[in-house]
Amino acid sequence: MASITLSGITKSFGGNRALRGLDLDIADGEFFVLLGRTGAGKTTTLRIIAGLEQPDSGTVAINGQDVGGRNAAERDVALVLQQYSLYPRLTVRGNLEFPLRSRIRKFSEDEIAARVEKAARTLQITPLLDRKVERLSGGEMQRVSIGRAIVREPQVFLMDEPLSALDAKLRESLRVELKALHADLGATFLYVTHDQVEAMSMGDKIGVLRNGQLVQVGTPTEVYTRPRNTFVARSVGTPQMNLMHATMGAGSARIDGQPVDLPVAVGEGEAGRALTLGIRPEDLVLEGGAPLEARVFDVEDHGVIKILTLDIGPARLHATVSAKTHVALDEVVRLGWRPDKVLLFDRATGENLAYG
Amino acid sequence: MSAVRTPREVLLNRVAVVAVFVALFIMLAPIYWIASTSFKPRNLATTVPPTILFEPTVAPYVKTFVKRSQLRGPVEEEVYEAAPWWEQLVLDGGEKVVRSPSGEVKPSGYGQRFMNSLIVAVVSTIFAVSMGTLTAYGFSRFKVAGKDDWLFFILSTRMLPPVVVAIPMFLMYRVVGLNDTHLGLIILYTAFNLSFSVWIMKGFIDEIPREYEEAALVDGYTRMQAFFKIVLPEAMTGIAATAVFCFITAWNEYAFALIMTNRNAQTAPPFIPSQIGSGLPDWTVIAASTVLFLIPVAIFTFLLRNHLLRGMSFGAIRK
Repeated sequence: MASITLSGITKSFGGNRALRGLDLDIADGEFFVLLGRTGAGKTTTLRIIAGLEQPDSGTVAINGQDVGGRNAAERDVALVLQQYSLYPRLTVRGNLEFPLRSRIRKFSEDEIAARVEKAARTLQITPLLDRKVERLSGGEMQRVSIGRAIVREPQVFLMDEPLSALDAKLRESLRVELKALHADLGATFLYVTHDQVEAMSMGDKIGVLRNGQLVQVGTPTEVYTRPRNTFVARSVGTPQMNLMHATMGAGSARIDGQPVDLPVAVGEGEAGRALTLGIRPEDLVLEGGAPLEARVFDVEDHGVIKILTLDIGPARLHATVSAKTHVALDEVVRLGWRPDKVLLFDRATGENLAYG
Repeated sequence: MSAVRTPREVLLNRVAVVAVFVALFIMLAPIYWIASTSFKPRNLATTVPPTILFEPTVAPYVKTFVKRSQLRGPVEEEVYEAAPWWEQLVLDGGEKVVRSPSGEVKPSGYGQRFMNSLIVAVVSTIFAVSMGTLTAYGFSRFKVAGKDDWLFFILSTRMLPPVVVAIPMFLMYRVVGLNDTHLGLIILYTAFNLSFSVWIMKGFIDEIPREYEEAALVDGYTRMQAFFKIVLPEAMTGIAATAVFCFITAWNEYAFALIMTNRNAQTAPPFIPSQIGSGLPDWTVIAASTVLFLIPVAIFTFLLRNHLLRGMSFGAIRK
């Protein structure tokens, strides 16, 4: 088992700076999710840890030891990729045995057979063992791919969007399996994804990456409830957090263009300051007598909840309400919020004021 | 496959079929001509109009392999009777088989030239394809300073007709003693095919996702092991296609073989026309040696046909 520490990692491709002084700490046995958009540097980070890419500067340490001088084979990490992850022309068994037959490992035939058997049982792919990988479905391929990672019992698992090529249903079930596997193995997982649902549902910790730098690291709850800036606020949660321009009063805020003040529980001493104000859709409430007037633009019925799109003046907000709420399109409703859930961001920098 | 075909499609299909037959006829006619000539008696080889029906004989093939000389007078009865069947065929044509003082049949030299062709073509193909594949892998996977310039430079060696450099090459070869050696021809053909091989193989290797090798690297293999275990099997189609092209080029090469070699390392292409010699040319012998010369390429291409079909479409079918 192992911890991973990156310090001051910089990497450029041509004139393109993929990583700018990235610092990252992943504790032993943690399920760490790196969340970021395409081009944020997620995959580069992963490849640098795996030893497939050499950082321009900075150090990578696994279990406290600098692994800069070790190649991919010597780092004892396993890699699961989004696609092209299995060796073609081999059977499932051949794929699972492949890492065990490496010359640097020297396992006996019995040991190899036992490990393959065990991995296959864990992932329920025993019936597939003698099939050619070309004949597998996408889900089966990813299972085998994970199997190939676990046979070696490595210190670290690196996963690069392993589920994003699969259909939604399969993704959900494999998500659960991966978490169970993590609990089972107790190894350190670094999981890269652009899918915030995956990040929220799987990670012990989430690191939000933007332009080659970590914006925030925290538990899913922390990242969700106390985003460090508007970028993180927008990155997690569906529908997105509502962000609007507002001016602070004393214990209240006035959304630009609205005639009334709404109470807020934060931002004492900020009176008169122009800010960006954030509120999660589920923290908006529809009730008679609430201060804001809103017009229903759209209603999405998700069974358990309804997602309303509401117009207040020129601004458009999302609100998630109980499915029992009955509203019609174009109906005018009264809207309020939970004052203690309001977040304040600096309008210029987008930083959450709570982090000072 | 669409089950329903419009009359227009049916018509187009018919036209296509006819076109294929015409093309086939145009391509196969010379082969039929040369093959039929190789089984004709000498006096029917050049008749106008061509003789279609004749009694086939293997005499031209016998003559291809033995040294002959013109008979001055009629053969004595007992000599003819004592001769084996194949020698009788030669005597029937008004020639006699040249024998050494100890009575051994002197070979024409075709067999040896044929072997030379095989050695030179096979070895140069192996060199060109293996070196080309490794070079292409390097260009495909690693950052090489000035990569595009290098690739263009490699391609540019193809841009002048090779015969242009024949004389300088000949002079250089004479100095280093590579004239009339197998090695000399092998080096020439390898050099000539290499640029082609690098370019074709680069195309194929670019198509192989590098994720495969990277997975192998992480799984505990060296770059070289990953290349041999993962990339090479995947590139087999490209290798087969490239090998066929290189083999055909080396096999058919005439100009350099004519200039650079004479007795020791001469290949079949310059040898076959040299049999025309003086006097009336025996076209049946030329035809027979040519037909034999066609066979290895046919076999080679036939063996690799599955790879070739996929190879020509450059990975369009894969995935």
